[in-house]
Amino acid sequence: MSTPKSASSAALSGAKPRKPRLMDALEIDTRLLGMIGAFILVALVFNVLTDGRFLTPRNIFNLTIQTVSVAIMATGMVFVIVTRHIDLSVGALLATCSAVMAMMQTAWLPQYLGLPLGHPMIPWLAIGAGIITGALIGAFQGWLTGYLLIPAFIVTLGGLLVWRNTAWYLTNGQTIGPLDQTFQMFGGINGTMGEFWSWVIGIAATLAALTALWAKRRDKLRHDFPVKPLWAEATLGAIIAGAILGFIAILNSYEVPAARLRRDFEARGEVMPEGYTAAYGLPISVLLLIVVAIVMTVIARKTRLGRYIFAAGGNPQAAELSGINTRLLTVKVFAIMGALCAISAVVASARLTNHSNDIGTLDELRVIAAAVIGGTALAGGLGTIYGAILGALIMQSLQSGMAMVGVDAPLQNIVVGSVLVLAVLIDIIYRRRTGKG
Amino acid sequence: MAPLVEMRNISIAFGGVQAVDDVSIDLYPGEVVGLLGHNGAGKSTLIKILSGAYRADSGEIWIDGKKATINSPRDARAHNIETIHQTLALADNLPAPANLFLGRELRTMFGFLDDSRMEAETTKIMARLNPNFKKIAEPVSALSGGQRQSVAIARAVYFNARILIMDEPTAALGVHETKMVADLIMELKAQGLGIFLISHDTREMMELCDRVSVMKNGQLIGTERVEDVTEDEILSMIILGKKAPEAV
Ligand SMILES: Nc1ncnc2c1ncn2[C@@H]1O[C@H](COP(=O)(O)OP(=O)(O)O)[C@@H](O)[C@H]1O
Ligand SMILES: [Mg+2]
Repeated sequence: MSTPKSASSAALSGAKPRKPRLMDALEIDTRLLGMIGAFILVALVFNVLTDGRFLTPRNIFNLTIQTVSVAIMATGMVFVIVTRHIDLSVGALLATCSAVMAMMQTAWLPQYLGLPLGHPMIPWLAIGAGIITGALIGAFQGWLTGYLLIPAFIVTLGGLLVWRNTAWYLTNGQTIGPLDQTFQMFGGINGTMGEFWSWVIGIAATLAALTALWAKRRDKLRHDFPVKPLWAEATLGAIIAGAILGFIAILNSYEVPAARLRRDFEARGEVMPEGYTAAYGLPISVLLLIVVAIVMTVIARKTRLGRYIFAAGGNPQAAELSGINTRLLTVKVFAIMGALCAISAVVASARLTNHSNDIGTLDELRVIAAAVIGGTALAGGLGTIYGAILGALIMQSLQSGMAMVGVDAPLQNIVVGSVLVLAVLIDIIYRRRTGKG
Repeated sequence: MAPLVEMRNISIAFGGVQAVDDVSIDLYPGEVVGLLGHNGAGKSTLIKILSGAYRADSGEIWIDGKKATINSPRDARAHNIETIHQTLALADNLPAPANLFLGRELRTMFGFLDDSRMEAETTKIMARLNPNFKKIAEPVSALSGGQRQSVAIARAVYFNARILIMDEPTAALGVHETKMVADLIMELKAQGLGIFLISHDTREMMELCDRVSVMKNGQLIGTERVEDVTEDEILSMIILGKKAPEAV
């Protein structure tokens, strides 16, 4: 459903006079289902068009790591758009953060702190500096918007030029690399959990999800709120467990090429045993996205900050009359956006193994599109974190799928642009029909 | 006994409009003071200064005989001043419990929002105020005008106000619900709250209020005890903007 749903887990169960049907009993959000349906449709169509190459473990693996950077920023864009603002500077801010982190690793830390290249502290200090940079720049843009009342559109349009070229000056326009080996682990294929740890994480996540479901049910019973029938709860649990473990199983069936394994063994001065195989498993970057998604969802639904973000987006005057400092709130929202740009910068530059001038170019459009396709309303007050991530995944699937089919780049862009507009139209019609928002 | 609230010589202008012009009113515990006047007379603006939404250009606010500084809604709440705004001031995208506790959320011991407790509390108070209220989990945009008004009223009375401001609280309500609000006002008055009530229904005001103040064009025309005046006299004050001769 389209409300933030922050207040109540029972939001969907509300007055429904007709007989409970399967979906009602499960209390699954119909919008979420629609988006998953759209994603599956896209995937199936491309799978047919590519003679089965789209839905291979390898391609699914690539698709997820290509989505991460935009998806991380899209979660922050949800908060920005929910509070009725916009951030056009995220791609440029990503570039500045990436430049800071690259310079920290390759030049500043070695020169000014005397840390030798490859020192174990280097990646972490660089990442810390990047996140602080992103959060401060974001907070500054939020201050210009919230306190000086310059529209966010203008502040961040200016920011787009300012930060893109600040990045240029930081690096003198050069490509900076190669980046630290540990840092590169956040890029995707250069850092994966392997089969065993992927299963461990998958099982732990499943247990956590089931425990959360159970705890929610107990909490409702304690307050005498209606709960779903036990069978519905069990079905929902089974679906969640199946989705998590299925995803891990797919990633675990993408095997590292033998040549690369042999090289790894040789690098360690060992000989690869006959018949040895290993799978990539869960990329660290995807794990990072999952952590970001959980943290952002908890903020949105379970904290005052999140509650105020949605309240201020729904009715700014009401929020102010309730004693909420909406100006400071704007600063916080943009600071979070900035910090997320820095995290995305880690993933994006690590994936390329270097910092380049054009890193993150046009990301602002992808990020906004992901949030909007994911159901974030530009009028404010409505949006979900999972929606934005699914939106990013749908966009990336379209783009990769078309590339695999051999569609020209110009036509790809035409399709993506049209899909964005169409998705918003469907969303508007859906909301009008259901009367939600 | 010092008045609960004293607003002294309050003035505020918006651009060229003198919305409130040197108005002084007061309120005692257990008293209901009505504000009457045409649309645009400045009633809402005056009470918004007390609720911290606006800052007066000049004038003073005294509470319990002490000078108070109210620069924000937060300050007003700290003085136990609760307001039902004419616009209701609800976040339409959030359900009733989130609105009721907005800015004062209940939290678990880990600091997270305690939604189930807020929902339970909301259910309890709504059962008292509006037994027909069912849509506790839906965004308030899905509610009828009367139900939305009940949510705004619930928010004002839940937090043990000492000073209650009600700006046209019955505007969207039906006859039955209006009666319930009137009963609620009498109950709160009996508990010793001071209430500023704004309404266009002069007859209702004569029944509910101890005193009524009439405003016109930002100025205070006069304040009368209801037993000293007739409804017609009040109406002529509203319309003509001056005190009826016999009441002078
Ligand atoms: N925020 C504002 N900005 C500009 N003018 C305002 C504002 N609030 C109220 N006014 C003006 O002040 C006058 C009094 O309005 P108001 O207090 O709402 O009257 P009432 O509540 O008695 O109907 C009106 O002329 C109105 O247009
Ligand atoms: Mg008014």
